Amino acid sequence: MPHLPEQRSETVFEDFKPPFDDQQAAIEANRCLYCHDAPCQHACPTHIDIAGFIRKIATGNVRGAARTILDSNILGMSCARVCPVEVLCAGECVHNVQDVPPIAIGKLQRYATDQALAGGWQFHEAGAPSGKKVALVGGGPASLACAHRLRRYGHAVTIFESRERLGGLNTNGVAPYKLRADAALAEVDYVLAIGGIEVRTGVSVGKDVSWAELERDYAAIFIGVGLGADSVMKIPGAQHAGIHGAVAFIESFKTGSVDLSRVQHAVVVGGGNTAVDCVRELIGLGVPSVQMVYRGEEAGMSGYAHEWDEAKIEGAQPVWRAVPVAFEGTNQVTAVRCAALDANKKPTGTEFTLPAELVLLAIGQARLGDLVGALPGIQLDNGRVVVDEHGATGRPGYFAGGDCANGGKEVVNAVAEGTAAAHAIHQKIEGVTHG
Amino acid sequence: MADLRSNTGGIRSPNPFWLASAPPTNSGDQIMRAFDAGWGGAVWKTLGQPIQNVSSRFGALNFRGTRAVGFNNIELITDRPLDVNFREIAEVKRRYPDNAVIVSLMVETEEEWREIIKRSIDAGADGLELNFGCPHGMCERGMGSAVGQEPKINERITSWAVGYSTVPVLVKLTPNVSDILPHGRAAQRGGAHGVSLINTIKSIIGVDIDRFVPVPRVGDLSTNGGYCGAAVKPIALHMVAQLARDREFQLPISGIGGISNWRDAVEFILLGSSSVQVCTEVMLRGYRIVEDMIEGLNTYMDQKGIANLDQMVGRAIPRYSEWGNLDLNYDTVAKIDSSTCIGCQLCMVACMDGAHQCIHPNPDGSRVPTVDESECVGCNLCQIVCPVPGCITLEEVQDRLPPASWNQHVEHGAKLRPKKGVH
Ligand SMILES: Cc1cc2nc3c(=O)[nH]c(=O)nc-3n(C[C@H](O)[C@H](O)[C@H](O)COP(=O)(O)OP(=O)(O)OC[C@H]3O[C@@H](n4cnc5c(N)ncnc54)[C@H](O)[C@@H]3O)c2cc1C
Ligand SMILES: Cc1cc2nc3c(=O)[nH]c(=O)nc-3n(C[C@H](O)[C@H](O)[C@H](O)COP(=O)(O)O)c2cc1C
Ligand code: SF4
Ligand code: SF4
Repeated sequence: MPHLPEQRSETVFEDFKPPFDDQQAAIEANRCLYCHDAPCQHACPTHIDIAGFIRKIATGNVRGAARTILDSNILGMSCARVCPVEVLCAGECVHNVQDVPPIAIGKLQRYATDQALAGGWQFHEAGAPSGKKVALVGGGPASLACAHRLRRYGHAVTIFESRERLGGLNTNGVAPYKLRADAALAEVDYVLAIGGIEVRTGVSVGKDVSWAELERDYAAIFIGVGLGADSVMKIPGAQHAGIHGAVAFIESFKTGSVDLSRVQHAVVVGGGNTAVDCVRELIGLGVPSVQMVYRGEEAGMSGYAHEWDEAKIEGAQPVWRAVPVAFEGTNQVTAVRCAALDANKKPTGTEFTLPAELVLLAIGQARLGDLVGALPGIQLDNGRVVVDEHGATGRPGYFAGGDCANGGKEVVNAVAEGTAAAHAIHQKIEGVTHG
Repeated sequence: MADLRSNTGGIRSPNPFWLASAPPTNSGDQIMRAFDAGWGGAVWKTLGQPIQNVSSRFGALNFRGTRAVGFNNIELITDRPLDVNFREIAEVKRRYPDNAVIVSLMVETEEEWREIIKRSIDAGADGLELNFGCPHGMCERGMGSAVGQEPKINERITSWAVGYSTVPVLVKLTPNVSDILPHGRAAQRGGAHGVSLINTIKSIIGVDIDRFVPVPRVGDLSTNGGYCGAAVKPIALHMVAQLARDREFQLPISGIGGISNWRDAVEFILLGSSSVQVCTEVMLRGYRIVEDMIEGLNTYMDQKGIANLDQMVGRAIPRYSEWGNLDLNYDTVAKIDSSTCIGCQLCMVACMDGAHQCIHPNPDGSRVPTVDESECVGCNLCQIVCPVPGCITLEEVQDRLPPASWNQHVEHGAKLRPKKGVH
């Protein structure tokens, strides 16, 4: 894998949730009640034994805490930083019921897993060789989790990744104040350290390698290709310089440098998590004025309230109930013309322009289902690959998980689905039927 | 405002809060600051032939993130010259005539006792406390708990001291005995005006698991020390109450051991203490804690309509009985208040693994567990683990058989209810 450039725009960002030191971790860990059948654990898609690992932190058994986490979730380090814990584990912490701040589960998880990665603590060994080979398409969280688990079962695995680096959106998309690309790649190395995971980067399945070849060479195929390119707006001026898809733009400053010195005004279009991330990222990168144009109202945003609240504190300027109708400028965009919308998202007839030398479109990403849609047996639902609860598609030997199957959720969902699929693949290729 | 004045065997103080003989009472300067903070009395750090202490003297028991719930020490009696101590005692008494200054003493021969008692009284001591309790170091030299563990020696030395003293004499008892009664009675026979208890409990507070040495570590060695602090309160309360309810024992008691706040003090007083002494909590938090202790005691007394300490001392003693007198037909069952339950289910796992398997998941799927009242033995464990005060209550079962204790059952066949929780 090529090294990341030292010079990356993302390095200006500090950790939004700074790590715990020993003392902070001990105090927080001792606040945990060690609940029975803990609701936080149910709320974690990978079902980490949260009460158990937190008790281990409290007793000073940090190594054991890390093992407990990584047993369930091999990407526990990145999840600790990027999980929206407010709506997952910590959101279900019983302390909420008595209006006491929930346990900072993510930060405690980070406390243990950071040490595991820094210390190179490896808890898992590859299983005895099974003689079976599995291909994993895409090198993001879903495939990494799947590959690691398959190695524990003893299967040979090959990851095919069209990009130059593994990690998927952990490396290329997640906000750098949560997880920087270098940390994501350190975690990839940690996962690969189990040994025996063949990595073929720069190989796009369907183009450089055919599905038929994979079917010929591998006992099973896991599809973890994530989502596709950013959606675009087909309106006048869309070809101007300075208009980017949000995820592509994020990738450019996470894995390289962007020069925003001439950008005084930026407009982000959208109201989801990617839009909110972009707003905060542009503010952090020094853009003086960042406006977010959303067709609905604050209450209707799909972005998490806890993230949006932070964005507002940092200086985000929302423009509610508006939609771009044209990008102005000659070659370079200079302004966005917007139409005002009413409560039913219908144009009111009023238009206005917002100055903008940079426009990021955070209005969704394409679904990659087409990549496999032509294979007989595989069903698509609105571009999503349809799978059963074990991750199996309708085509024998094909499994899928992560964003391409769930339509776009969180890293931890991708890990959970990749892990579950590994289990199903193992049973399938070892000839065990589902119980 | 309740009257907080206290009198322990003739030693009077404006309130019942005394500093126990220990580092907080090492010097006159400290004790004067303590009196300024509100302490009613102070038992001077034990005087005797000044000793040499080791470096590294204290250890602590931490539990679930709380530091020093228990404490131990291997220090000895005063290491300061006697004339300096006596000069400072005189100075304190001159400046604080209303506060009680009790001088703690520990020497060997009768002649030494006579001499040191005279000097203490000349310096202005309001009372003496004979340290028969120190369980480390001094006992190896035949003093401290070596005296306190032998009722005959205790009685003899007490009688010497009482004979030479013109002020009240308290005997400080050691808890390192299987039964406190013979030792309190020995002090009484020796003529003491009161007893104070407990001194520290023989202990090893922990082990340095990297160096394989117990703590506190002095170079490559350690030794057993004296245990005190919040964790010893139950042991101290029991010993105080044992003496307070004994028919033969009639002396006033100065209660000591794990007292950290006004509530602890109230408990000691209700079980028979006329005054209370504090060491560890002051070492951990400073003299300033007494402000809350005084206010808390006052408020408690006002709320209970108790005018003075005499109305309070020993008030719970009549209710401290033998197991054989407890009503075996008294029956309580746990009730969980679903409106305050946070769903941690600690009660359920505690009852399942540590009690009688009668708290179960709610059949309606909610996280609020249910109690099988037909099996609940009313043991309190669920209430103890519940993190929400008041959420679990133990409620009396109505329609019970008439009260019947084990003794009544044995003596005249009183009818006992069927056992519960023996599935
Ligand atoms: C801007 C942004 C911010 C986000 N922030 C968070 C967050 O804070 N917290 C959180 O939990 N989640 C966040 N997410 C979501 C999270 O990143 C995804 O849910 C997760 O990465 C999905 O993992 P995946 O393995 O399914 O897909 P991806 O991470 O997308 O990885 C798929 C990989 O497949 C490769 N690939 C695609 N097609 C092919 C092919 N034909 N051949 C070979 N390789 C191929 C891609 O290059 C990519 O590396 C964010 C998403 C975005 C877009
Ligand atoms: C460091 C230390 C030194 C002590 N020194 C003496 C002493 O010299 N004489 C004495 O009678 N008791 C001494 N004690 C015992 C205390 O006076 C007291 O009886 C005991 O600590 C229990 O009270 P507590 O739980 O409030 O600390 C000492 C205790 C400690 C912690
Ligand atoms: S992986 Fe995420 S959701 Fe699960 S416990 Fe950790 S921080 Fe919470
Ligand atoms: S719900 Fe909260 S208190 Fe209970 S185990 Fe989970 S983190 Fe701890």
